[in-house]
This record gives sequence, C-alpha cells and structure tokens, in this order.
Amino acid sequence: MAEAAQISTNAPMTSSRRTYNRALARFVRHRLALFGLAAIVLLVLLCAVGPYLWPYNDLRIDIRHRFAEPFSGAHIFGADELGRDLLARLMTAGRVSLTVGFAAMAISTVIGTFIGTIAGYFGGIVGTALMRFVDAVLCFPSIFLLLALAAFVQPNLLAITLVIAATAWMEVARVVEAQIRSLRERDFAVAAQALGASDAHIMFRELLPNAIAPIVVASTLNVARAILLEAYVSYLGYGIQPPTPSWGNMLNNAQEYLSTAPWLALLPGLFITLAVTGFNFVGDGLRDALDPRLDLP
Amino acid sequence: MSVGAETILEVLELRKWFSVGGGVLSGAKSTLKAVDGVSFSINRGEILGLVGESGSGKTSVGRTILRLAEPTGGTIRFRGQDITHISRGALRSIRPKMQLVFQDPFASLNPRMTVGRIVGAPLMIHEPGLGRAERARRVGEMLQTVGLSPGHAERYPHEFSGGQRQRVGIARALMLAPEFLVADEPVSALDVSIQAQIINLLLDLRARLSLAILFISHDLAVVGHVCDRVAVMYLGRLVETAATAELFANPRHPYTEALFSAAPDPDPEIKRTRVILTGDIPSPINPPTGCVFRTRCRYALPACAEAVPPLRTVGPGHQSACIRDDLSLQPAI
Ligand SMILES: Nc1ncnc2c1ncn2[C@@H]1O[C@H](COP(=O)(O)OP(=O)(O)OP(=O)(O)O)[C@@H](O)[C@H]1O
Ligand code: SF4
Ligand SMILES: [Mg+2]
Repeated sequence: MAEAAQISTNAPMTSSRRTYNRALARFVRHRLALFGLAAIVLLVLLCAVGPYLWPYNDLRIDIRHRFAEPFSGAHIFGADELGRDLLARLMTAGRVSLTVGFAAMAISTVIGTFIGTIAGYFGGIVGTALMRFVDAVLCFPSIFLLLALAAFVQPNLLAITLVIAATAWMEVARVVEAQIRSLRERDFAVAAQALGASDAHIMFRELLPNAIAPIVVASTLNVARAILLEAYVSYLGYGIQPPTPSWGNMLNNAQEYLSTAPWLALLPGLFITLAVTGFNFVGDGLRDALDPRLDLP
Repeated sequence: MSVGAETILEVLELRKWFSVGGGVLSGAKSTLKAVDGVSFSINRGEILGLVGESGSGKTSVGRTILRLAEPTGGTIRFRGQDITHISRGALRSIRPKMQLVFQDPFASLNPRMTVGRIVGAPLMIHEPGLGRAERARRVGEMLQTVGLSPGHAERYPHEFSGGQRQRVGIARALMLAPEFLVADEPVSALDVSIQAQIINLLLDLRARLSLAILFISHDLAVVGHVCDRVAVMYLGRLVETAATAELFANPRHPYTEALFSAAPDPDPEIKRTRVILTGDIPSPINPPTGCVFRTRCRYALPACAEAVPPLRTVGPGHQSACIRDDLSLQPAI
C-alpha cells in the first residue's frame, strides 16, 4: 500500500491552512473591506473605552456651553442644546447602537439558521410551509413591520433588539435553507443516513458546519441592517427613548436645530454611516474571500 | 441454517418509481420507473455484480435495498427478516449490518471532518457510551485494516488522494462489522493503477469477514475479475443473470452481448465483429412495450413488442429474459 505513504506525517503546511491563507489574502486585497474593518474596530474601541478616558459625562448639563460649536473649545465635537458634550453622547449612544446591532444579529442568525436548517433538511410540506412563511414575512417592508411591532412593546433596549431580530432573520433562513437543501443530497449525508444517524446529527453535525461561510457573510450584513433599523425607529421616536442616547434618537433630537446647529445631526449621521458601510464592506469582502469556487486548485 | 449457501439478502419484484415533473406550470406528473420488478438474492460471502448502462437503475436498486430510498413495491428480506417497510427505529439496529461504499471519493466524505471523526462516526452513533480513547484505538485499527495508518486520523479528507479517500470510505463502512455491502461503482472514479489496489482490498475483506457484496459497475473487466455472479440490468429490469464465467462464455441475452462488445478489447490482436449499441437508452418514463430492449436489439422480431419477456432459466443458475432461443451470441473475449 505504497499510496498510504504518499503523505508525509509532518507536511509543513496542511492544505486547510492553505485554504485559510488564500481566503485571508483575498480579504486583504479587498480595499473596501479593510477600510470597513478599520472603521468598525475604531468605532468599537471608541465606544467601549472612550467614556473612561473622556472627561465629560454624556448626561452632564452645562448651560454655559449650550450649542458650543465643534473644534472651538473643550467640547471637541461641540455640545447640544443643554450643553451636554456631544462626543460623550456619541460614545454612549454608540454603545447602545452597536449592542443592539450585534445582539440583533446574534438572535436573528440563530433563528434564521434554525428555521433554514429545518426547512432545507426536511423539505416537502414542512420545508415549503416554512419558506412560504419566510417569503410572506419578507413581503412586508421591514421598516413597516418594525414600526408595527414597536408600537406594541415597551421601547426598551431588549424589546427593540428582539423586534429588530424578528425582522432580520429571513435572509439568513433563505441562505441556510438553500445550502442545507443542496448539502443533504451529497454522498456524505447519505452515508450518515446509512449509518442510522438521527436527523439532528445529520443536520447539525454533518451539514451545518459546511454552511458556515454564507452564514458568516449574512450575519455581518445583518449587523449593518440592525444598526440602520435601530437608527430608523429611534429617529422616528419608537425606539430607544431619551435620555438614553442612541445614534438614531440623537438625530431625532437634532431636527429642531438643523439650521442653527447642524453638527448635532451631522455627527450622529456620520457615525451611523461609518458603522453601516463598515459592516457592509466587511460582509462583501467576506463573501468574496470565502467563496469556495475561488479555492479550486 | 447451513454454512456455505446461506442467503443473506433476498429481493423480490422490487420496484422503485419516481414521480417526476409536475412543476408549477407544466402541471402533469409522470412516473419514472427506475426499478421495475427486480428479483435476486445474495449469499453470505458472495459478490454479485450488477452491470448496465448509465441510467439503467443500478444505483436505485442499491439505495432502495438499503432503505435509503423508499421502495415502491416488492419485498426486501435481509438475514431472513422482511425490512421492506420496517420503521426507522427498527431499521437503526439493522443499519450496522448493511453498509454502502460510494463512487465519488470526494463527495462521500464530509470536508469539515477529520478522517478520525468520519471513521469514528459509526461508533458515536451506535456505541455512544464508548470512551474517546477506545474509539480512537478502534479507528486506528480500522485505518490499518484498510491500508492507512492511525496517524491519518488527524487529517482532513482533502489532504488525501482519491484512492486513500476510498479507503477511508471503506473503513467507515466496515466500522460496525457489516455482513452486506453495496459497493456502487467503488473504483470507477479512480486511476486505473489505484483501481486494482481497492479491488484487492475489497476481495481481501470479503475473504476475511465473509462479506456479501453487491458490486455495481459498468466496467465488465472489473466485474469479471471480482464477481462470483453477475446480474445484467437494462431500463429498470434484470435481463440476464448467471455465474460470471458462464455469463462471459455463454451470454444468452442480446443486451449482454452488446455490452461485451462495447467494452474495450483486452487484446486488440483478436478481431471481433462489433455489435454496436445504437442510440441512447430509452427514457424510463416511457419505456418501449414488450421487451424493453427491442428498440436497440438487432435480433428483434414483431413478437418482441407483445409482452414483457420474463426471466427464464436457460441453464444451471443461468436466466435470461429474451424470447429467442435460436441465437448464438458472441461471448466476451
Ligand atoms: N431521486 C430521483 N428522482 C427522479 N429520478 C431519479 C432519481 N434518482 C434516479 N432517477 C432516475 O432513475 C433512473 C435510474 O437512475 P440510477 O441512478 O439508478 O441509474 P444508474 O444505473 O445508477 O446510472 P449511473 O450508471 O449513471 O449511475 C435514471 O433515469 C434517473 O434519472
Ligand atoms: S426479446 Fe426480442 S427484442 Fe428483446 S432481447 Fe430478445 S430478441 Fe431482442
Ligand atoms: Mg449509479
């Protein structure tokens, strides 16, 4: 059995490592993805660590500095109508907005993955019924769905997160359903069936690990979506309620002063844009980097 | 039960029909009879070859008798027990005794799992109480049995050559000590030089474990070398069965003759008249009436269209489904 010796026992670089490096190389070549990643890291660091370092508190009212302009004094990004430091507020608001974004992504990914796996694996009536349901939910414009749901719940952080997750799981479900449906026809799935493996074993141990890449991509894009949705509802006044700041309700608050103090709207808008485009670029970069078709030798 | 000729698998009038078409727009559904009344049996330790062109229904036979596809009709009896319609729970305890080896060594191994996990999966499923170390030991042993080394357990399938992967697939199938194996074209995806190694491995395992094997192939040279008996399949039906030597020396069905003739000659010096198989295999959705082979048979008579010729005994252990007894057909080689 000469063949067995073909692979030396300590090859310097296994090809799974090679695959990983190739994916990494593709991601790094993706300029926008790198820019997006930098923006995300910067924002997360700023919001997580910033409040400990910055001398101003987001709630401290300082009437003398009402409408302080940016870059003109101690309040580097200026101050709002109550003289509260804008950078401090942006950082606290960022904690809220990013937390909602990540948490909603996590919840929607779990729901979407579960429903997509069940639908793709069982197919038939169960699969059709589930996917028709997904289509039906997708038919509603998500902002409408979101507002309808938000009208019924107490607008606190958890409720808003759950509501956003409830409008964002469908894409994941679709992606996962398509993957699982094609994977379950593969021979290795038949082999597991021939061994008498349970449905749960086949779904979650054999098939799902092969669908990780598209799930990661969909989840990344979902963070961007969730941040944007949170901004929408909070801007419209149904989301996070003041005095807890979020980028969205800061925008809402800034409307009145748009002509006199435009920076109150511009800066939260800039942060939202940075976060949303950042996650979108990273998602696109991952999509290209993880595309298995590009891995063919 | 006597030693020697103990039947391990008996298949009677097996049918596997698929319902095809019936899309949103086209509406009408039609029935595709992939397997339509196939009967055979396999003894313990015996290798039965199943040959036929692509689309004749070989894979469907293999998967249906393993209950990986629901049979439409007929009976499957495994070790004396009727398993045609038994529940999934009941099937679970039988699964270890009947296993499958695949054609495509790339698609049949989960790319996300190490070889150790792939080969150990049967143990995880059927002996969940087994400790990690014990499982690793048994995986290592099995890898050695199929000609790999225990160290290979840490690696992923894509790090192996086709022949090595096929060994991994065989190791997985053997892990639970099966008595019956369906080997669905186990070597047709491999280089010729590797084919012999895998075939010898299967023959060796058959001898040591007295495995019965349904060996599906379209390579007659391989079948002649490996199988004790051969069943020839065409369009969902068996058209001829005989002991390998008898079939090769004395084919009685025109389709068998055509298959032999289409196979590449081992010795190009010998001149033979080629019986060319013209045209494609007809659609199993709408097969010819009477003898299904008649549209391509050069001996066809008007009578061939009248009724489906049943398998008739034409010699000791030799059956053929042709109405003509007056033919003298070309043997293989
Ligand atoms: N799941 C399915 N649904 C519908 N038709 C099917 C299905 N599986 C197989 N068939 C059809 O049944 C017929 C027999 O297929 P099968 O795969 O059993 O043939 P085969 O002899 O194994 O061919 P090959 O040598 O190409 O593997 C073909 O016409 C095929 O298209
Ligand atoms: S029954 Fe007729 S058509 Fe069929 S194989 Fe025999 S001769 Fe040919
Ligand atoms: Mg086949």
